[in-house]
Amino acid sequence: MENMGPKATIMDDVAMRRAVTRIAHEILEHNEGAQGLGLVGIVSRGVPIARILSNEIADIEGTRPPVGQLDISFYRDDIGRSIAPVLHATNIPFDVNRRDIVLVDDVLYTGRTVRSALDALMDIGRPRTVQLAVMVDRGHRELPIRADYVGKNVPSSHAEDIRVHIKGTDGDNSVTIWDKTHNKKEA
Amino acid sequence: MLSVRHLIDTTSLTADDITQILDTARSFAEINARKGIKKVPALRGRTIVNLFLEPSTRTRSSFELAEKRLSADTLNMGGSTSSVVKGESLADTIQTIDAMNVDMFVVRARLAGTPQKITENTDAIVINAGDGKHQHPTQAMLDLYTIREHFGHLDGLKVAIVGDLAHSRVCGSLAPALKTMGAEVTLVGPPTFLVDDPTYYACPQTSDFDSVIADMDVVYMLRVQLERMEGAAIPSKREYNRLYGLDLRRERMMKENAIICHPGPMNRGMEINTEVADCARSRILDQVTAGVATRMAEMYLLLGGENDGISD
Amino acid sequence: MAYLIRGANVVDPQVGLNEICDVLVEGDKIAQVGKDLDATDATVIDGAGKYLVPGLVDMHVHFRDPGFEYKETITTGSRAAVHGGFTDVATMPNTSPVTDSGSEIRYQIEQAQMANLCHVRPMGALTAEQKGESLAEIGDMVAEGASAFSDDGHGVQSAGMMRTCMEYVSQFDRVVCAHCEVESLTTNGVINEGRASTRLGMFGWPALGEELEIMRDIELARITGCDFHVCHISTARGLEYVRRAKAEGLPVTCEVTPHHLFLCEDDITDAYNTNLKMNPPLRTSADAAAMREGLLDGSIDCVVTDHAPHAAHEKDCEWEIAYFGCVGLETSLPLMLANMVLPGKMSWERMVEVMAINPRRILRLDPVRLEAGSSADLTLIDPQMVVHVTPEYLQCKSKNSSFLGLTLKGCACDVFVDGRHVLVDGKVVEA
Repeated sequence: MENMGPKATIMDDVAMRRAVTRIAHEILEHNEGAQGLGLVGIVSRGVPIARILSNEIADIEGTRPPVGQLDISFYRDDIGRSIAPVLHATNIPFDVNRRDIVLVDDVLYTGRTVRSALDALMDIGRPRTVQLAVMVDRGHRELPIRADYVGKNVPSSHAEDIRVHIKGTDGDNSVTIWDKTHNKKEA
Repeated sequence: MLSVRHLIDTTSLTADDITQILDTARSFAEINARKGIKKVPALRGRTIVNLFLEPSTRTRSSFELAEKRLSADTLNMGGSTSSVVKGESLADTIQTIDAMNVDMFVVRARLAGTPQKITENTDAIVINAGDGKHQHPTQAMLDLYTIREHFGHLDGLKVAIVGDLAHSRVCGSLAPALKTMGAEVTLVGPPTFLVDDPTYYACPQTSDFDSVIADMDVVYMLRVQLERMEGAAIPSKREYNRLYGLDLRRERMMKENAIICHPGPMNRGMEINTEVADCARSRILDQVTAGVATRMAEMYLLLGGENDGISD
Repeated sequence: MAYLIRGANVVDPQVGLNEICDVLVEGDKIAQVGKDLDATDATVIDGAGKYLVPGLVDMHVHFRDPGFEYKETITTGSRAAVHGGFTDVATMPNTSPVTDSGSEIRYQIEQAQMANLCHVRPMGALTAEQKGESLAEIGDMVAEGASAFSDDGHGVQSAGMMRTCMEYVSQFDRVVCAHCEVESLTTNGVINEGRASTRLGMFGWPALGEELEIMRDIELARITGCDFHVCHISTARGLEYVRRAKAEGLPVTCEVTPHHLFLCEDDITDAYNTNLKMNPPLRTSADAAAMREGLLDGSIDCVVTDHAPHAAHEKDCEWEIAYFGCVGLETSLPLMLANMVLPGKMSWERMVEVMAINPRRILRLDPVRLEAGSSADLTLIDPQMVVHVTPEYLQCKSKNSSFLGLTLKGCACDVFVDGRHVLVDGKVVEA
C-alpha cells in the first residue's frame, strides 16, 4: 500500500543543482581536468545523474566527458530473490581501458550495488582508476565501500526509503524520505 | 518473470514471455559480443545438468557455452555415459541425479514427452533441448530472435517453413511461437511430409514452393531428418532438391529484404544449395550466435525467478 | 448352500423381467424366481434398491498366465473380474507360450478351477504362435473348451491366411475374433493419427489402419460363412462397415471398450499419461460419440474391457516406449452405470444385453436366464455404492487404469458363480 506522501524533502531542485556543481568541481580537481575521464551511470537513476554531471563538467571545463550506462542485473548477489523485470542493456560507447571512470548512482546504501557494478565494469575492461559519485549517502554499509563524491549525507533508518527524483525522468529534481511500505530494493 | 516454471514447449508461452526472453537475450548478446570478459556471475553456484539422451553437437555446445558464460556449474551426461542406455529407467536416472541437488536439467531426448516426465521426478527446473518429434523451444526462441533482429518486429511477417514438417520438432515449436507473436506461417513440403492435422497449427499447407516463395519475408528451411524417414517418403535426395530445395533460382524469387534461416546442420545439396546457404540473405550463422544469448536468457529467467528462500 | 435374494429389481430381457422379485438359489442353480418367496434354510440377502441381473461377461481380457505372471495371473485376474461384477471372462491367447493348443486351453481352465472364483473361457490362437503363418490346432482347442479364436494383439496380416483361418473355423460352432490392424499403415504408431499425433509429436496410428482390415474381414466372412467378431472397435467409419454388414445379414458382430466409449484423444495431455496409451488408440471425441450411439442402437453387440495389465515399470516411462493397454475389469460396470444407465441414456435391459446376454451368445456359452433351472451366475448391482478408482481399490495385480482418480457411483456388490457367493457386499471372498 502506498503511503500518503514523503516524511520530508531533504533536497530540492536548488540544493541538487548546487550539489551537482560542487561534485563536478571536485571531480575536475581530483582528476586535474576532464581529460581521460569517463562517466558510467548505474542503471537506472545513476544514468541521468551521470548525464547532468557530464553537462556540468562540459560547462566548466569545455570538455565533455563521455557517458555510458551499466546494467548490473547479471552481477547482483541476490539473484533468486528477484530479477529485474526490465533490463537496460549495458552500453558504454567508449573504451574503459586506461581511463579514469566515475561510477554514478543516486543513493549509496549497503554498498552491494557498487560491488556488483565494480565486477561488471572490470569484466568490460581495466580502467586506470574507478571513483564513485552519489547524490545521497544514507549510511548502513555492509561492505567496505565509500563514495568519493557525495551530494548529501542523510542519516536514515532501515525502515525508511530515500527516493531521488530526476527532472525529465520522474518529475522535478528532489530527494525525499519515506516510510517504507514495501520491500523496495536498495537503490 | 516467465509465466512457466519449465521450458517444455512454446505452446505454453505467452507473447509476453517470448518478448521477455528476446529482450533479455539482447542484454546477453552485448556480453557475448564484448571484447572483455564474456561472462557474468548471474548463475554462480547453480548446478545445471545437461542430459543428452540423443546425440547432439550444436545444441549441446550452445547450452554449455551459455552455462559457462552465466558462471553456472555444469555436469554433462548422455550418449555412452548415460545409464539410460544400460537399461535404467528414466525415472531412476532422474531421481539419482536429483538426489545430488541440482538446480536445472537441460534435456535432449529421442522420445517425445521426456522433459515433461522428468519434471514429475525432480524439483529442479527443466529445459527441453529437443524431444523426439515434439518440441524444440530453445531453437524457436533463437529463430525468433534472429528474425526480430533483422526486421525489428515479428508481427505481420510472412514465414514459410519448408521441408519435413511431419517429423520436425523445430516446426512443432517454431510455428506456434510465430503465430503467438503475430506472424503468418505457411507450411511447405511434399504431401508425405505434411503434418497429420494442419488445423492444429491453423496455417496453410502447400506442396507448391514456387507459388508462395515470392511472398515470404522469411524462408525457413528444415533439415531433412534422413535418420527419421521411416518408409521412404521421398524418392531421392536429387528429386527433393529439385522440388523443395532452396536453390539460386528460388532465392532470386524472394523479396528484396527477405531472409533465409536453417536450424542446422545443413544437408547441402538437398534442402539448401551451397550458393544460397552462404549468400547475403542467409542468417544461418546469426542463428547460431543468437542461440547462446537466447539460451542464457532462458536459463537466467527460469533460475532467477526461483525463490531460493533467502529473505530480504 | 441356499441363498434368497430378496426384493431386488430383477432385470432380464430374455424372460421379460424388470420388476422387484425374490430369487432363490439352491446349489449351482436358480431354484425359484417369484414374489414373496420363503426359504427357512437360505441365507437372505437384502436386495432392496439393488438390481439383480444375469452374471456379467467380459469377452476380452488378458490374464498373462502363463508367461507374464508378474503382470497378472489367472487367480489375480479372476479376483478382479469378480470384484468388477463379472461371472465369466474370455482370456486372450497372447500368453507365453501362446495358447495355440488344447493343452494350453486345459491349463487355463484348470488354473481357473483352482482359483475357484469366476468362469474363465479361454480363447485359442488362430495361427500357430500367433505368427500369422500356419493354422493353430483349432479343433484340438475346441475339444478342450476354447470359447473362440483370435490372434488378438495384432491382425492376421495376410488376407490369404485370414481366409484360411475363417474357412477352417467355419466347421466348428465358434467365432473368429479379430484385432483389426493393417501394420503397414500403423508402423511406429503410438497415438491416433491427426490432431493428437501432431500436438504431441509422435507417429500416428491412423483410423484407416483399423477400418481397412474390418472391411477386408467382413468380405472374408461373406465368402467363408464364418462368424466374425470385430474386437475393440474404435472408429465411426469402422462401425459403419459393421452396420452395413449386419444390414446385409452377414454373421458379423463387434465389441467396444469403456475407454473408447468414454475417453478420447483430447484426454491425452502433454503430461503424456501412459495409462491412456492403448491399441487401438483413443480416437476423436466424434468417434467416441459414435461408439456410444452404436452401443445404444444395436450396431455394437457388447462391452468388453480389453483388460491389459502391465507392471508399473512398463508404464512409468516415456510414452513411445510404454506398453499398450490398460486394466478395466473393475471400472467397466461402474463406468457404464455412471455414464449410461443411471443418467437414463441406456436402459437396464440394454446394459444386460451388451454385458451379459450377447457375449454369452458370441462365446457359445449356455445362456443364463433369471428363471428356475438356469445356472446361478448372477450379479447384484448397488446403484448407490461409491467406487473411488485408486490402486488400493483395484484387486488386479497391475494398476494401469486409465480412470485412476475417478469417483463413480454404482457398482456390483454381490456376485454368484455357480451358486457360490464369491463377492459379498463389494468384497471378494478368498478361495
